[in-house]
Amino acid sequence: MPVKEKKQAPPPEIAQGRHPMEKYLRTDRIPHIWCAGCGLGTTVSSFLYAMDNLGLDPDSVAVISGIGCTGRVAGYVRMDSYHTTHGRPIPFATGLKLAKPDMKAVVFSGDGDLFAIGGNHFIHAARRNLDINVICVNNLNYGMTGGQAGPTTPLGGRCTTSPYGNFEHPFNLVYLAASAGAPYVARWTSLDVRRLQRAIEEMLVRKGFAFLEIIAPCPTNYGRRNKLGEGLDELRYYAEHAVIEHGADPADTEILPGKDFLVGKFVDEEEPTYWEMYQDKVAELEGGRR
Amino acid sequence: MRKVMTGHKAVAEAMRQIEPNVVAVYPITPQSEIAEYYAEYVHNGLVSTELVPVESEHSAMSACVGASAAGARVMTATASQGLALMVEILYIAASMRLPIVMALANRALSGPINIHCDHSDAYLARDAGAIQIFAESAQEAYDYTLIAQRLAEHNQVRLPAIVNLDGFTLTHSVQVVEPLDDEPAKKFVGSYKPIYPLLDVDNPSTWGPFAMPDYYFELKRAQVAGIEAVPETFLEVQKEYEKATGRNYRGFFEAYQLEDAERVLVVMGSTAGTAKVAVDELRAAGEKVGLLKVWLYRPFPYAEVAEALSHVKQVAVLDRAISFGAQGALYSDIATAFAHRDRRPALFNYIYGLGGRDTTTEHLTQTLSELKSARPGEELRYIGLRE
Ligand code: SF4
Repeated sequence: MPVKEKKQAPPPEIAQGRHPMEKYLRTDRIPHIWCAGCGLGTTVSSFLYAMDNLGLDPDSVAVISGIGCTGRVAGYVRMDSYHTTHGRPIPFATGLKLAKPDMKAVVFSGDGDLFAIGGNHFIHAARRNLDINVICVNNLNYGMTGGQAGPTTPLGGRCTTSPYGNFEHPFNLVYLAASAGAPYVARWTSLDVRRLQRAIEEMLVRKGFAFLEIIAPCPTNYGRRNKLGEGLDELRYYAEHAVIEHGADPADTEILPGKDFLVGKFVDEEEPTYWEMYQDKVAELEGGRR
Repeated sequence: MRKVMTGHKAVAEAMRQIEPNVVAVYPITPQSEIAEYYAEYVHNGLVSTELVPVESEHSAMSACVGASAAGARVMTATASQGLALMVEILYIAASMRLPIVMALANRALSGPINIHCDHSDAYLARDAGAIQIFAESAQEAYDYTLIAQRLAEHNQVRLPAIVNLDGFTLTHSVQVVEPLDDEPAKKFVGSYKPIYPLLDVDNPSTWGPFAMPDYYFELKRAQVAGIEAVPETFLEVQKEYEKATGRNYRGFFEAYQLEDAERVLVVMGSTAGTAKVAVDELRAAGEKVGLLKVWLYRPFPYAEVAEALSHVKQVAVLDRAISFGAQGALYSDIATAFAHRDRRPALFNYIYGLGGRDTTTEHLTQTLSELKSARPGEELRYIGLRE
């Protein structure tokens, strides 16, 4: 993916130091706490542009986050949002979705939150094909608590708890989601802002469990300890190493340090959702009435 | 040798000297640095510990229980929500009489979410069956980590022990600490002799079985014997620590200007430092005030505390957490201590410092001053609250 430089005048809000999607942001909470060069800001922007492009009423979307740097997302968006305890955004979203099936529930959280402490919930939501969107910003470590190794830290990755390199097998989130039954699985990097936006739009309009992994730089912790340079250098790394291959076998999407890795949409299937199957069961028991 | 270090580093140093066989941890603010320091020791070969970076605190305590039942010396550290998640297994550790020692970087429980200091986490674990000790400083956190290890592993005790140190106030601030040299520290802690370890395959044992109404009650009663053995052992271990180090930790609490005091603060943790300054200021002005700083919180030394406070006119008991629908937990203990005594001070319950709210010397001098004319009653009073 070569980086094309396009000269374009920035939107007027940017010149005034404001965010073009300000209508979706709790401006009283800004400036955010994220580090310079962090990938989180662009992922949130892509989400907001997706909302805007679909013309979604903010009242119809709830954003649920767990704990960690990504956990802060829920606090910055001007929508119904909830900052859960560590690892529990998916159970919260499950309850929300069952109580208000018409509302869109978007879980926006990090790899540590969703796949370590909350890993169990993820596989069960995917298995049930619960009608929620899960956006996981994967920065390969626990950023907020100071850069400890987590379930996605690549082999050899240096973290505060693995100072000579991680020797534990990490999760391949794409493969995990697909194996757990997720009917929509995609992965992009935080460099791919337009593709991210498009993926999120797809997720927001489709039925069923949809999972998006966003590989994002954490220059303060993972980047620094692994000598990956500034945030921009990490984006350059993505530009050089991320290879788009839609429909690739999820088993082939492992991320290895220094090696090319696959991005794209890997799974996109129609499966009956939890809610539909629930309604069918009710109809069956009521003698065919839905 | 005196060094400057944070409370985290002080605890990590004590852990390095104890050199447990297994440490299982999950990173959580503000405890995570203990795990980081310890990971460095492990990876630099300074200790032979197996460090298990697990996927949640529930797993951390579960791994500790497994390792401890297998016969290992085990330690961990956590804070706040992390402890909340551990509590299910902490009860089990206590009932299995497993001497797991842990640092608890005290921090408010959610919600609202808050990462700063109070004692709601320690109070949550109050009835779990673990020993609880509160440290005023990084030095005390260091010393009591060594002491807790001996205490927890004592044959009559064999219970998990929590060393509480105030999150951020102690964990992150740099203080002067004088750790022991490795040799005397290691000698003091000694080696651990497990009983009925799972790994003793020649003498197979069963851990964690079912106990129905026919035996559950007796087993819980037997657990009481363990916690009842703590006070005497605590004093014994303190004495041995003094012998080994010359450090004078005597008793279940520190009595500061208490002997002739008429008005007294009772407090746990780092606020005791602030309270000492407040007491000194008022003493300089000729006021008879004092402080009782609790070290051993569980089991609670009822008789000794009552004895020490029996001559006092007014006592302000400071709780750094609310026990909703009840008096503060520490206040309730102090009130219980006087339940069977005729001579008792007037007791007042103050809630302070929730969610990291700063408690200043002025707050405490004011509290001590207002005690003079305060009318006793069951209502909660608040220090440093905007109302
Ligand atoms: S620690 Fe890492 S993930 Fe967290 S805000 Fe900073 S750069 Fe981003």
